[in-house]
Amino acid sequence: MSEYFSNIKTGATTIATGMGITLKHFFNAVKRKGDAGIDDADYFRQVDGLCTLQYPKEAIPTPPHGRYRLYVNIDDCIGCCQCERACPVECITIETIKTTADDLAVCGKTAGGQQKRMWVPVFDIDTAKCMTCGICQSVCPTDCIYHTPVADFSEFNVKNMLYHFGNLSKIEAEAKKKKLAEQQAQAAKEKAAAGAAGAPAAKPAPRPAPKPAPQQKEGEA
Amino acid sequence: MSSSPSLNTWSDALSGFSIGWFPLGLVIVAVIPLVFIALYALTYGVYGERKISAFMQDRLGPMEVGFWGILQTLADILKLLQKEDIVPTAADKFLFVIGPGILFVGSFLAFAVLPFGPAFIGADLNVGLFYAVGIVAIEVVGILAAGWGSNNKWALYGAVRSVAQIVSYEIPASIALLCAAMLAGTLSMQQITVMQTGPGGFMHWFLFNNPIAWLPFLIYFISSLAETNRAPFDIPEAESELVAGYFTEYSGMKFAVIFLAEYGSMFMVSAVLAVAFLGGWASPLPNIGGLHLNDMTSGPAWGAFWIIMKGFFFIFVQMWLRWTLPRLRVDQLMYLCWKVLTPFALIAFVLTAVWEIYR
Repeated sequence: MSEYFSNIKTGATTIATGMGITLKHFFNAVKRKGDAGIDDADYFRQVDGLCTLQYPKEAIPTPPHGRYRLYVNIDDCIGCCQCERACPVECITIETIKTTADDLAVCGKTAGGQQKRMWVPVFDIDTAKCMTCGICQSVCPTDCIYHTPVADFSEFNVKNMLYHFGNLSKIEAEAKKKKLAEQQAQAAKEKAAAGAAGAPAAKPAPRPAPKPAPQQKEGEA
Repeated sequence: MSSSPSLNTWSDALSGFSIGWFPLGLVIVAVIPLVFIALYALTYGVYGERKISAFMQDRLGPMEVGFWGILQTLADILKLLQKEDIVPTAADKFLFVIGPGILFVGSFLAFAVLPFGPAFIGADLNVGLFYAVGIVAIEVVGILAAGWGSNNKWALYGAVRSVAQIVSYEIPASIALLCAAMLAGTLSMQQITVMQTGPGGFMHWFLFNNPIAWLPFLIYFISSLAETNRAPFDIPEAESELVAGYFTEYSGMKFAVIFLAEYGSMFMVSAVLAVAFLGGWASPLPNIGGLHLNDMTSGPAWGAFWIIMKGFFFIFVQMWLRWTLPRLRVDQLMYLCWKVLTPFALIAFVLTAVWEIYR
């Protein structure tokens, strides 16, 4: 019998305690609790209050070395396709066209002084697939592909998540391909002519294959 | 009907107003509480609940739609209106469709006897309190129709538990209100309120007038939580246990109707509690010396303001309890009703009778 009354008393006191706590939180709603993380010295000194952050108006900034959206500085890309081969989810698609000898100056040099010998008309990254592992960033010899701290880049249309970094339009790419094809056809003709002419007498002079210049500045910023 | 000559002036005037044969005034009298329920449920009901619950949980609640999220409920209503109205193939169509209707009608019919001030009451019955308690029992039929007609096991369990809960808790609720009727000597809602008016303000209220009224007040408040399926007695609509209880299968407008019925009955039990124990539309401010605060804050419009504010206060307490207490298990619920509230209600009944006799 006394247990019956003590149950009622316990029920009433615990309800009152609980309601007091809730009311305290209700009146604390004019304050905002800080967003100190667990390593902050002030973690336990924060006031009681609302802890919601109204994203995107209030956001905890991403760290400056954060590995989020990829960026390619296409002027530094030498078209080696290492990143395309290294990507575990195959989100990079690259097409390259070899430059002809007279276009080398137009193609230009990377920031580190290396002569570029490939046009890169198509350099597509499907950022929806990218898993931000950073392997492409590690294998790039010119550090032209890197992760930026931009973490919020969602699109309404998933096709807009396919980023195009190539710097030749279709017409220009076609023109370069034609030029390369013509030059190769010319070279083949000359080789055939030289081969036919100098076949009994001398060996045809070996054509030197264009080799990349040995000086490669690594670790450019 | 009313002994005081200045009561019910507005509703009597409206009931006499007809255009030809069409009693337009009566329709307006019926529509006013309906519009009130809709407006209050839209603003204070849903929005207030979301904001109050958010603040109690250290969150912000709706903030995007409109200034501080004030248009959120409107957006929700528009969304519900556009939803596809699904009637399950195997459901009993007639019961399924009529369930929410009966539920809303049952909860709305009780508004006929709520005095919205000294000048307005839908029907000044001399058995108003008895009517208010009894008519809510129609909700039980609506819940059973909804639960059975859904052809869904969770809906059925929810409906059965809800009916058991409502029917059980009507007993302590009625006994507690009977104590208030004894203190007033009448069952008429307007007369009960009139007996709690006076220059002393809140001193005339039954809660403060005698040493025993706190017990039926508390008992009726707890029972009313169970009547409206409100936490901690929300086993029938426990989201984590029964999906959504007896309204699992409802979508779109039917769901909105059930929702509105629940908020309507929340206000109704708060208003009945206010009328029975806290003076209804009587002003709480006393006449202090030369400052006639009570007279300054009494009148038709002031009366409406006071009863609505008292109703809103108890709704705040209901929301406060919802977000504080865990849900009661169904056997704990029954234990509380039959073994705690009913005995104490009977004790309160006896003590009130003793007080009345020897006053």
